[in-house]
Amino acid sequence: MTDTLTPVLTDNWGADRSWTLQAYEDQGGYAALTKALAMPQDDVIEAVKASNLRGRGGAGFPTGMKWGFIPQDNPNPKYLVVNADESEPGTCKDIPLMMASPHTLVEGVIISSYAIRANTAFIYVRGEVLHVIRRLQRAVQEAYLAGHLGKDIHGSGYDLDLIVHAGAGAYICGEETALLDSLEGRRGQPRLRPPFPAVAGLYASPTVINNVESIASVPSIIDRGAEWFASMGTEKSKGYGIFSLSGHVTNPGQFEAPLGITLRELIDLAGGMREGHELKFWTPGGSSTPLLTAEHLDVPLDFEGISEVGSMLGTRALQIFDETTCVVRAVLRWTEFYKHESCGKCTPCREGTWWLAQTLANLEQGRGAASDLDLLDDVCDNILGRSFCALADGAVSPITSSIKYFREEFLAHLEHGGCPFDRNASAIFGRVEATA
Amino acid sequence: MSENRIPGVDDGTNASAVSTTQVKAEAPFDPTTYAELEEIAARYPQARSGLLPMLHLVQSVEGQVTSRGIEACAEILGISAAEVSGVATFYTMYKRRPVGDYHVGVCTNTLCAIMGGDLVFERLKDHLDIGNDETTDDGKITLEHIECNAACDYAPVMTVNWEFMDNMTPESAVQLVDDLRSGTEVHSTRGPRLCTWREAERVLAGYPDDLADEGPSAGPASLVGLNIAREQGWTAPSVKQARQSAAEPDAAEGDTTADKAEGSHEAEHQESAAKVEESGADAKHEDNPANPGEDEK
Repeated sequence: MTDTLTPVLTDNWGADRSWTLQAYEDQGGYAALTKALAMPQDDVIEAVKASNLRGRGGAGFPTGMKWGFIPQDNPNPKYLVVNADESEPGTCKDIPLMMASPHTLVEGVIISSYAIRANTAFIYVRGEVLHVIRRLQRAVQEAYLAGHLGKDIHGSGYDLDLIVHAGAGAYICGEETALLDSLEGRRGQPRLRPPFPAVAGLYASPTVINNVESIASVPSIIDRGAEWFASMGTEKSKGYGIFSLSGHVTNPGQFEAPLGITLRELIDLAGGMREGHELKFWTPGGSSTPLLTAEHLDVPLDFEGISEVGSMLGTRALQIFDETTCVVRAVLRWTEFYKHESCGKCTPCREGTWWLAQTLANLEQGRGAASDLDLLDDVCDNILGRSFCALADGAVSPITSSIKYFREEFLAHLEHGGCPFDRNASAIFGRVEATA
Repeated sequence: MSENRIPGVDDGTNASAVSTTQVKAEAPFDPTTYAELEEIAARYPQARSGLLPMLHLVQSVEGQVTSRGIEACAEILGISAAEVSGVATFYTMYKRRPVGDYHVGVCTNTLCAIMGGDLVFERLKDHLDIGNDETTDDGKITLEHIECNAACDYAPVMTVNWEFMDNMTPESAVQLVDDLRSGTEVHSTRGPRLCTWREAERVLAGYPDDLADEGPSAGPASLVGLNIAREQGWTAPSVKQARQSAAEPDAAEGDTTADKAEGSHEAEHQESAAKVEESGADAKHEDNPANPGEDEK
């Protein structure tokens, strides 16, 4: 029976100077690269396919299959782009991974690039994480000096250049085609698909875009085997993943477990809910995944389980809110976020998020009317599925789900003439002394 | 993007940054900066990919995106100043007004806001007597509420020059900005002694500052699960254990995660992949289905 927690990616995070090449190699790092370079490229792709690794950035598309879509007869260069623009609200797994063990990602990039026959790869990392960028820059520099990057890697004849590219503050650039536009030096706006990036991505060339955690999982799959990876997880959601608990739990943090663990188990590991309080609502995978409540504590956190209860596994960003939290305030803030981050390309999203924020703000201040809930539903209905990318769909999720579960609380704002909650009660000051 | 922005339209605050009349009044860049801008463009298979880091470099030299910075980028990349401006005004990290020595960010996205970020931000506005996106008179502190910065397990989170300041309170936030203004040495919770905003921008442009080895591997919250696993003796299965459980599914007794027998895998995989494609439920962001018309189908 598999253990409750299965540290693989997080296994070396506590090690002294874990971010250095020395520390990474001391615990076996870059052995998977040596193994991969001795394999035919297609065998590497097959291994990742056989592992059933599904994308860890939110959508859960099978990683090996994505690699298989790259048309190898296309004469253009192939590119690998790592999506390290972690910015989905609540999501906080890739940043600590890159800070503690950037070489896990770098090794994954080299193996993955080799598999898809790319000679240039990029890590597109959000700009607002200075120290993570330093660690990535240093890791890439160390990897070049050690011969893991550059010309004729490990004497294999394979060449790879890896560029760490800092973004400049735009949530939309986590959407893969907007990311490509941004990486081409443009405003980050999504592209119409098809053509898909596998055929015409960066510089209109075949491109694979994968999340940090997906690529970081590749060395372990090559090293220990697809069978090993697939021995963890559930029937259709294989392997391990990092679950990020934040909010009103006693000890928020990162928990690496087989897919299929439940929130009840995770909250227990996190020391329970904040003392004297109870769970009110939570997001399974970031703010773009519909809210769930205490009735969903035992739903397996895998792609299918969460989908069956009307939400999405997303990035396993479990934001936990207790009964002191006003759901209207929470949802309004997310809505303001989507409004701010809408790139403006598609009308339903650009105009719709504006209307949603305005209507919600009225309700939150007790100035709206009960009919505003119908208006919200109507606006949401006209946004969902009507834009190029998933940002618009994400904007709708917290609203429709919160009205579904907490309709009375919206109405209570009207009766109360404002928010009936005390903001101070939901704050959690003094849990850990800040070192400032 | 400013508060009063018309949806989907660039706000007008960039007007001064792109005004061509100003360009003539400004001296061109010094040769070193110009050469570095060219160097950034040369890192990429196509030069224009260098534009974002180039604008970070402009900010490190100028303290904001200036018109001569825009002109220089345009000249090097062979595109118009309007095109560069269009990019510079799209991204929140590019500033069209001078930024102080310390850009102080307070996360007010939902999770942090509710955990106390709203109270922290209000206290700081009051204490510094400035509003959002404004700078103190001494030019030290620029205050801005920021979106989720991927450190939710350390909420409420602040940043200084995009370094993490974890688990903040209104009191510790006030102490932080007071220390910054008085020149007291301040360290990031998970990083080095804080540098200036301009120095930070230079790192973002791809010029490392040799501080990568400062700070811990991970903060305490990042290690909560790992520490429990160590205490309990929990690990990922060994390769041998995995082989055994694949060979005898029944051995994984009571384990809901037990593998199904080999052979059914491939079919299930195809089925689930097809389901992913149909659903359009790309929760968010990346890993959207690649071309479904190819290969596997």
